[in-house]
Amino acid sequence: MNWLIDFFGDAANWSGPDGIPARILEHLEFSAAAFLIAAVIAVPLGLLIGHTGRGAFVVVVSANAARALPTLGLLVLVVLLIGVGTVLPVLIPLVVLAVPPILVNTYEGVRGVDADLRDAAYGMGLRGRQVLFQVLTPSALPLILLGLRLSAIQVVSTATVAAFVGLGGLGRFIIDGLATKTYSDVIGGAVLIALLALAVQLGFTLLNRVVVSPGVRQVR
Amino acid sequence: MITFEGVTKRYPDGTVAVDDLSLQAPTGAITVFVGPSGCGKTTSLRMINRMIDATSGRILLDDQDVRAIDPPTLRRGIGYVIQQAGLFPHRKIVDNVATVPYLLGWDKKKARARAMELLELVGLDSRLAGRYPFQLSGGQQQRVGVARALAADPPVLLMDEPFSAVDPIVRASLQEELLHLQSELHKTIVFVTHDIDEAIKLGDTVAVLRVGGHLAQMAGPATLLSEPADDFVREFLGKDRGIRRLSFVPAKGVRLGSTPADLVVDEDTRPLGWRSNGGLLPYGTFDPERDSLRAALDAALLSPNGTAIAVDGDGRVIGVATRDALDEVLAQHATGPDEQAREPDGEAPVTDPKRAES
Amino acid sequence: MNDEPLVRWDWIARNWDNGGPSAIKTLLESHVVMALLPVVFGLLIALPLGVACARWRWLYQPTAGLMNVVYSLPSLVLFSIFLSVTGLTQSTVIIPLTFFTLAVLIPAVVDGLGSVPEHVRQSAVAMGFRPLRRLLQVELPVAVPVVLGGLRVATVSSISLVSVGALIGQGGLGNLFIDGWQRQFYTPIVVGIVLIVLLAVLSDGLLVLAQRLLTPWSRARRRTA
Repeated sequence: MNWLIDFFGDAANWSGPDGIPARILEHLEFSAAAFLIAAVIAVPLGLLIGHTGRGAFVVVVSANAARALPTLGLLVLVVLLIGVGTVLPVLIPLVVLAVPPILVNTYEGVRGVDADLRDAAYGMGLRGRQVLFQVLTPSALPLILLGLRLSAIQVVSTATVAAFVGLGGLGRFIIDGLATKTYSDVIGGAVLIALLALAVQLGFTLLNRVVVSPGVRQVR
Repeated sequence: MITFEGVTKRYPDGTVAVDDLSLQAPTGAITVFVGPSGCGKTTSLRMINRMIDATSGRILLDDQDVRAIDPPTLRRGIGYVIQQAGLFPHRKIVDNVATVPYLLGWDKKKARARAMELLELVGLDSRLAGRYPFQLSGGQQQRVGVARALAADPPVLLMDEPFSAVDPIVRASLQEELLHLQSELHKTIVFVTHDIDEAIKLGDTVAVLRVGGHLAQMAGPATLLSEPADDFVREFLGKDRGIRRLSFVPAKGVRLGSTPADLVVDEDTRPLGWRSNGGLLPYGTFDPERDSLRAALDAALLSPNGTAIAVDGDGRVIGVATRDALDEVLAQHATGPDEQAREPDGEAPVTDPKRAES
Repeated sequence: MNDEPLVRWDWIARNWDNGGPSAIKTLLESHVVMALLPVVFGLLIALPLGVACARWRWLYQPTAGLMNVVYSLPSLVLFSIFLSVTGLTQSTVIIPLTFFTLAVLIPAVVDGLGSVPEHVRQSAVAMGFRPLRRLLQVELPVAVPVVLGGLRVATVSSISLVSVGALIGQGGLGNLFIDGWQRQFYTPIVVGIVLIVLLAVLSDGLLVLAQRLLTPWSRARRRTA
């Protein structure tokens, strides 16, 4: 508790480029960028693979790889290979690790739509694209959102670790605090990141309420 | 009119689902495809709206080969009802019904108005319109499925075991409803079921298919019951064929006698019972104008003296049918060698030309 | 950025078993311990808790909510917080990873029990099974495929997550990443990644094998489907 008071009570921690507000903004910036890039890649790909049934192995491989690949190792290797100092080399592993949750869940969501529903949609005379966007996507939306949520959480988490290879953001408090044995910074940073993760979680829960049809929400 | 000309469906693994099927489903009538699982009835149905494409042969929809029409366009002109209703879970009932009108580019207000009209037509409370499918019972969902299929007023309706997933009481009322709708709408309906009783109840024509996609017999229900083409059809029809056939014989021909003195009636001449030692015994009635010979026979069996009471549309006694009178009619309809060719209710039997060969 | 090759085999040979605390073999061993103990603990806790949640449904919502919250916390955050409690020991990694395992396994146990068809449960009741015996002999066996599915996810995640512990000084093979980063030297990083992925693949394979042996019926059913 004393650590928390030390951290949050210190006026110096609230201003400047390494102050709390600046670090939060940094963290959000990197996370949002990586998350959006991943979503733009993974949602259409997942919809396409789920709808056509072609390329399902890509989904399986990416799911397994994402789980088995150690975040820290990937970050360190990519940054060493491409170059320290710029943001791009850190962004690459962030995106790579953010893609699979979206891809897998979008794919599963589309695949999992009741065969009768697909049948009825085609039988009504919907064209392939209409079936995908008017029937499959709304029905798969809960799982697509789950994938997006897991991905966003993954990004926040990876961005924290990425402080080790020089990325800004809240992870700095932990990494620098550990290096200088300033535990108030470590704990304070950890609490801030935890709050951020919970905010993401909450944000998606609310989003779920807004965009998912009550007809679909109830079924699951 | 839907015409199958030598239609065959062979899958890549060599399975033949439908084998050289030729038949006609007449305009404005209900044609039922019935048979055990694996007989190709659903495949045959789905080839009409090209959910499946035939390997060879042609299917004509009023002289136009369905293969010449782009599938989505074709399907928008054909109503389609399936077993689990297949309602879109994310759309409200009214929007589910309006699916095809929306696809056809109707304006939203008109499409919704049409949907409300249809909900009423299939006997659903308009308050259900704003609900989601999961909030409806199975029977209600199935009614919505029918309404959705009718939304753009297609001349043809394909129904794939639409009532199989609901309980018998709901099924019976859905069947009645369908017959009632059909008496107003006169759609060309192809109906698939594995239930022979449903086939006989609903079909103007019944096509019995056997495993491997062969047509075993195609005929009106009465002919089917009286003259099954072979052992397979006979077995598939099950027991009580003779009695069930009487459902298709009108009771009109029964000779009516005058009302006997021991039948007690009220001031409107509606029956109250048979007099017996100061008490009243039960009775059975039939309406010769509307009921079948089977109903008349049933009425006779419900009376202790074996006499059926004939009533008019308002339930007033117009006479009685004694056992002798019923016997006379029954004798006419007993299946004998000379009777084979005659169709009691006068409908033209439609039979597979190849039947004689097999 | 430099001419350093990705892998220097002689470095691996020299450091595989050099007797020191940074020997690859030693790191591998501590990695296995820190990765698998949380899975074992997690399974032991999740089974009774999952059964309880399946039996008393009101328990499930709050439990699942709590697990969801735990799961959304970055591993480094949990490690940092436990650092103040358990210090620089393996427990600082093992305890948070046990929580992550629980977050995966409790829903898996509940879903697994939920996957038992109602008619199977009913017929067990009708044949006179008492609740405990029904659970052990009917419901849990039927739930095995789903539970093992969760166990596979938890195991592979745990193996990969241990390496983050290197940032607080307890990371098993993850220490190789720190080493490689500080010396701008690829070989330890590549060795670490490869060993972790191999370990994950091996464990996953063993669990798949276990599932085949434990549930021969689910394979037979899939073949007929």
